[in-house]
Amino acid sequence: MNVWLVALLGGVLIGLSSAALLLFNGRIAGISGIVYSLVKRPDWSEWAWRIAFVIGLMGAGGATMHWLGQSTPSPAGTPTLLLAGLLVGFGTSMGSGCTSGHGVCGLGRLSKRSLVAVLTFMTAAIITVYVVRHLLGGAA
Amino acid sequence: MIRLLVALLSGALFGVGLAVSQMTDPTVVLGFLDMFGDFNLALAFVLGGAVGTTTVAFHFVLKRSKPVFADLFQIPTACTVDRPLVIGAAIFGVGWGLSGYCPGPALVGVAGGVQTAMIFLPAMLAGGLAHRLWRLRG
Repeated sequence: MNVWLVALLGGVLIGLSSAALLLFNGRIAGISGIVYSLVKRPDWSEWAWRIAFVIGLMGAGGATMHWLGQSTPSPAGTPTLLLAGLLVGFGTSMGSGCTSGHGVCGLGRLSKRSLVAVLTFMTAAIITVYVVRHLLGGAA
Repeated sequence: MIRLLVALLSGALFGVGLAVSQMTDPTVVLGFLDMFGDFNLALAFVLGGAVGTTTVAFHFVLKRSKPVFADLFQIPTACTVDRPLVIGAAIFGVGWGLSGYCPGPALVGVAGGVQTAMIFLPAMLAGGLAHRLWRLRG
């Protein structure tokens, strides 16, 4: 299948997943929020649906990667990966969302906060890639 | 119980979508972010497909008085653009640009057995926890 069509199809699946979670459970499919709140909520019902979502995400996502023969690693080295992980974790917690919560869901409900967040993280990421690849000549 | 099943299936659909769209391949993500180099437009179709779907679907879903299996919609209530939002998003963007991983694809990458995702994910969880502890004390 055409690469653009596959990309579009994948995007539609992500959108349908978020729409289903909102329609049936009234929840926003924001992955950073779902993951971080696993550690702070002792309330079983609040905890259980998040665990179920993460199990589904990792189980089906991992299986699809195997099925597609997808295993490309990041070009970044270990120190960069550790730094990047800390920044992504800290930043998505501070900014109340990531690509899913602000990007897919926030833009979908026409949130001004999410639009600002998406424009900010896209710009920061594009500048970072420019600096690493074209000014520093690095691998990432 | 039915809500747990919905969450499981929703997560599964999200995971399949991330893998099919190659969001789980950091080199594809970095190619999309490399606007001034070897630019790969494919991810614009992923975001377009996802946001197009949620924009139409959320419009109809939020017209309902309540969700199918719950008593109310739990939507973020904050509506002002503040400093933590912008600074947090900028910090996240730098980390995304350094690695090609955002939270969803990092989780799926670990399940797919990709070593760089296994290095990234614990650091990401530590970063998220560090912010929550810092906010509690500050």
